[in-house]
Amino acid sequence: MADIQHTNGQVPTVIVDDLHIVYRVYGATVGKGNAPAAFKRILKRQKSPALREVHAVRGVSFTSHRGESIGLIGRNGSGKSTLLRAIAGLLPPTRGAVFTDGQPTLLGVNAALMSDLTGERNIILGCLAMGLTPAQAKERYDDIVEFSGLGEFIDLPMRTYSSGMQQRLRFAIAAVKSHDVLLIDEALATGDADFRKRSEERIRELRDEAGTVFLVSHSLDVVTKTCTRAIWLDQGSIKMDGDAETVVNAYSSATR
Amino acid sequence: MSTTTSTASPAELAAHHGLAPSSARPAFLTYVSQLWQRRHFIASFATSRTATQYSGARLGQLWQLLTPLMNAGVYYLIFGILFNSAGRMDNFIAFLVTGVFIFTFTQRSVTSGARAISGNLSLIRALHFPRAALPFSSTIVELQQMLVSLAVLCVIVLLTGEPITWAWLTIIPAIALQTIFNTGLSLAIARVGSRIPDISQLLPFLTRTWLYLSGVFFSIPQRVHNSTLQDLMMANPATVYIELVRDAFINRHDAPNHAWILAISWAVVAFCIGFWYFWAAEEKYGRG
Repeated sequence: MADIQHTNGQVPTVIVDDLHIVYRVYGATVGKGNAPAAFKRILKRQKSPALREVHAVRGVSFTSHRGESIGLIGRNGSGKSTLLRAIAGLLPPTRGAVFTDGQPTLLGVNAALMSDLTGERNIILGCLAMGLTPAQAKERYDDIVEFSGLGEFIDLPMRTYSSGMQQRLRFAIAAVKSHDVLLIDEALATGDADFRKRSEERIRELRDEAGTVFLVSHSLDVVTKTCTRAIWLDQGSIKMDGDAETVVNAYSSATR
Repeated sequence: MSTTTSTASPAELAAHHGLAPSSARPAFLTYVSQLWQRRHFIASFATSRTATQYSGARLGQLWQLLTPLMNAGVYYLIFGILFNSAGRMDNFIAFLVTGVFIFTFTQRSVTSGARAISGNLSLIRALHFPRAALPFSSTIVELQQMLVSLAVLCVIVLLTGEPITWAWLTIIPAIALQTIFNTGLSLAIARVGSRIPDISQLLPFLTRTWLYLSGVFFSIPQRVHNSTLQDLMMANPATVYIELVRDAFINRHDAPNHAWILAISWAVVAFCIGFWYFWAAEEKYGRG
């Protein structure tokens, strides 16, 4: 169960209790994808092969406390991003529970924006969706544009942006608010050196304002530099949880 | 280590420190106020959707006008000329076009409602907002389309020789009630569509059946002689809204008895049930 022993004197901000997340994925066709085959399956009462269940997080438990910054490491597909989304409350748990202090915010490069719209419209829409008033959105608009560094591209549709530019804009929009529990999903991995430096700075500011920061990153450097604790996820369950340096060392020697 | 925390379950510990489940469904009234707080998002999302809807087409926004016009043309060709339903009726063109346009509003709201959740999963998995904002804004997109169609409709009706009367003003409450009805329907179908994607394949057949039952191409009192069946068909919400607008536009057309009461009841019932039904699964929409 959750590390209740660790709570002496510390204030928990996120409690994850035996969390399981199962995705239901449609359209993963296997076998004969024709109508008679589908009919036969219904007669035999088999589950549709087009509906696949992906068990992305399998029984994860931990507790985080105020003032901690926690790095999540692990290979691609080990469930890191899914875990963050579950903590953010964006993906409902299949089993188990996640308890949080206030509303956590996910800063993700995947934050969906509308690709047919201009960068300008996307900034306003993103701000409104996060709950800002139109006046607040207008007020912060210039900051966001400046931070994203998109300049004149801001009035072109987002589908014309390079992937780096899209990610810069997404990060700039999400970083505009300060948060109690902040979840950062590989936001640092993108963009050029200059933007990376600026976003690292912004994340440090946000971390100081926030109670707890979670950071998913493949850059072990960043994890040891910015995190106090690290959790190593492997195939959806925790392989190791502890001091950032120790976990990162164990992880890198295991993958080498 | 204090004794209270060492024996506590994670849930008790969470409650002790005032932590709440991260994906809990808010209480109904909280939800309503959260939704009201996002009204600017709903409006802005809808307007952006309308703006990009035809961005891939050469003629662009012109299709907003052309689509209803061409629809009316096709139905006129088949029912007005080939089947000659016009024979027994005063102003068949106005009768038909009004029916087609008003029905299309409900039909499109239902169809886009079915995709409101399933088509925006990435947005749902990225940002926090009351999910009902999505079906609401998809209905507003259709309302914006409806207002363009309504302008076309006014011109067509005038061309068929109907005078402008004060009765035209009753179109405003009629469309408003229909919009409320559509929103409720679209909320309900959004929840169904989020669990059962197959509904999008099924909907065209359901809405087409509904279309043929709604007296769009023919007058129900003239064609259906069994009085119980006739009453039932006239109580159909689509028919009610169509008849109200026809009553406003066409001088010699009268809305059936109790049409306004029915229009209000359908709107209230559909909206309340739809909204409550949608809210009841609020925490589950991210899973897809």
